[in-house]
Amino acid sequence: MSTDAPAEPKSEIGEINKYNFRTETTGVFKAKKGINRDIVNQISDIKNEPDWMREFRLRSLDIFESKPMPKWGGSIDIDFQDIFYYLKPTDHQGKTWDDVPQEIKDTFDKLGIPEAEKKFLAGVKAQFESEVVYGSLEEDLAKKGVIFTDTDTAVREHPELLREYFGKIIPPEDNKFAALNSAVWSGGSFIYIPKGVSIDFPLQAYFRINAESMGQFERTLILVDEGANVHYVEGCTAPMYSTESLHSAVVEVVVKRNARCRYTTIQNWANNIYNLVTKRAYAYGDATMEWVDGNLGSKLTMKYPAVHMMEPGARGEILSIAFSSAGQHQDAGAKLVHEAPNTTGQIISKSISKNGGRSSYRGLVSVHPGAHNSKNNVVCDALILDAESRSDTYPYIEVSEQDVQIGHEASVSRIGEEQMFYLLSRGLTEQEASTMIVNGFIEPLVKELPMEYAIEMNRLIQLQMEGSVG
Amino acid sequence: MTHVLKIEDLHVSVGDKPILRGVNLTLNHGETHALMGPNGSGKSTLGLAIMGHPGYEVTSGSITLDGKDVLEMAPDERARAGIFMAFQRPMAIPGVKMADFLRHATTNVRRPDRKEGEELIPMREFRKELREKMEHLRMDSEFARRYVNDGFSGGEMKRAEILQLAMLQPKFAVLDETDSGLDADAVRLASESIADIGHQKMGLLIITHHDKLLEHNPPDFTHVMLGGRLVETGGKELAEELHQHGYDRIRKAYPDAEALNQKLLAEEAEEALA
Repeated sequence: MSTDAPAEPKSEIGEINKYNFRTETTGVFKAKKGINRDIVNQISDIKNEPDWMREFRLRSLDIFESKPMPKWGGSIDIDFQDIFYYLKPTDHQGKTWDDVPQEIKDTFDKLGIPEAEKKFLAGVKAQFESEVVYGSLEEDLAKKGVIFTDTDTAVREHPELLREYFGKIIPPEDNKFAALNSAVWSGGSFIYIPKGVSIDFPLQAYFRINAESMGQFERTLILVDEGANVHYVEGCTAPMYSTESLHSAVVEVVVKRNARCRYTTIQNWANNIYNLVTKRAYAYGDATMEWVDGNLGSKLTMKYPAVHMMEPGARGEILSIAFSSAGQHQDAGAKLVHEAPNTTGQIISKSISKNGGRSSYRGLVSVHPGAHNSKNNVVCDALILDAESRSDTYPYIEVSEQDVQIGHEASVSRIGEEQMFYLLSRGLTEQEASTMIVNGFIEPLVKELPMEYAIEMNRLIQLQMEGSVG
Repeated sequence: MTHVLKIEDLHVSVGDKPILRGVNLTLNHGETHALMGPNGSGKSTLGLAIMGHPGYEVTSGSITLDGKDVLEMAPDERARAGIFMAFQRPMAIPGVKMADFLRHATTNVRRPDRKEGEELIPMREFRKELREKMEHLRMDSEFARRYVNDGFSGGEMKRAEILQLAMLQPKFAVLDETDSGLDADAVRLASESIADIGHQKMGLLIITHHDKLLEHNPPDFTHVMLGGRLVETGGKELAEELHQHGYDRIRKAYPDAEALNQKLLAEEAEEALA
């Protein structure tokens, strides 16, 4: 017999932070607030970029300025001229945990991060660089030809490889926020896994916004060559400030024939952050791309990881968890595009809404002409904890072929009085009972996560649930 | 000190409909009481009121445990004070493993002062005990990994309730038709298990229509409920009589209670149709 490790009170989140990854360069610089050609040129100057990248940025700025705001999803109230677009971290950036609002500090304490790691996360950039951890990882994998670096370094050191795919999966024309990222991007991961190389442990990155009114625009490109296998994990947190911040990433993934990529996100942004992210993967013949997307934080998240199945036998799977509480709107979902015959796609989405939070599932399943014999299945379940909270489902299905199998199931449930009473009658408090029901609800997804992340996910759910019972 | 669960002049309504109309019952620790009666008489209502179901409003009367006011306690406080109910239709909790649920429940009941977030019973110790209890109940160890009551057969649900009784070791337990839906062998196994775990070790209130569950748990008292009151109390021979001859004698002897019982049944049927 066995019992769940997640029931253990100790969190292993420290394990995640050991692998922290962040782009750093020397010197001190904070661009002025706002966005214009000067700022974009300045960023490119500081990074000492080749002309093609500067031109890409400037062209993207034009596209950003010409595109209207999205008219769907959540309400976005951002003054684009009131945001810092570029902040090169220094010792003067100087947000220590003592500057951070108590609740965030408490959150990390409650997460059980060991004292050493708490110092590590205290924002001391010399430590935050984490070259040793990262370097040793890189060194170990480099023997196999693996590249795992920040994207700025990749522009300098791997220009041919990067340039072949950069902005090709998600061009700046894709949407307003992809264009914004393309204009002001900084940091992010660049990964190349050579043919046939299988990495047994996850590659990890941890993204943290430290400064107020800050925009973070990391740019990630993952190339998984034929027959290779990688699991990439990212975590995201930020301190709470009175003004809104913006996180707008672009993530491009290419999974070549017979390769496999799993990309796991546990997003726990502070509740003042707009999280507007574009993520898309191309999966080629018999390749598998999986997005595991956990959204617990942010003020508004609009994120729909996509898999385009480009060649026969490609598979795309998306597991999505959204948890929205007071003042939060998670507009999360998935896109699966069948561009070739015999491709298979699956979306499993679970959302939880409480204390007036709003969760939406927004998904697209598209079967292009010629994508014969494709299969797709979508399951979305919503759990609503109280009468103030809200859940919506927006499934879009476009099918251009007849010989395909498309399934869609959706359910909405509330925690039943009888379920609660049953658990209370066994001595559980209301808080414990509702947390247990919520953890059970997402268990089918959490059990897909590696143990440390499953534990972290359960801990984060527990934190979200605290104080939810009046 | 012998523990005492005392129910005095208990009136319980569901919605604005009175179901129990003055129940008196004293259950001493170590005693076994059988509670019998036709459908709709209020047997389950008594159990649910003892456990504190929010849909069952106590309009007057009292329930005390060793003199403490049980009605003041939330259901989880009652559980931690030593009251248990095996449900007729236990709820499924999808995604929550039996072992995790039981570890939480067992910790809270054994350490009534535990604060949320404090350590649970050590995993090793808990697993060992659970494994032993399950072997004793002839349950497959796979059971601990299954989700609570999710996809369980009727028999599995009842055995899961008995396992919880074994783990939580309450002072007083209400067993609501823990024999219903079981075949003869399963009833015998349930009867033996309950005897083993609870007979003369707890105060047992066994709600049943039959005498099979009582085979290994001879009741010290048998109560007959009709129209929301206990109309007759006897020994184990009363349970045997009712099992063999049904409730005709009782219905005739207490026409007022019988009329109330019929009225409640008719209203229930009406609601079911509506």
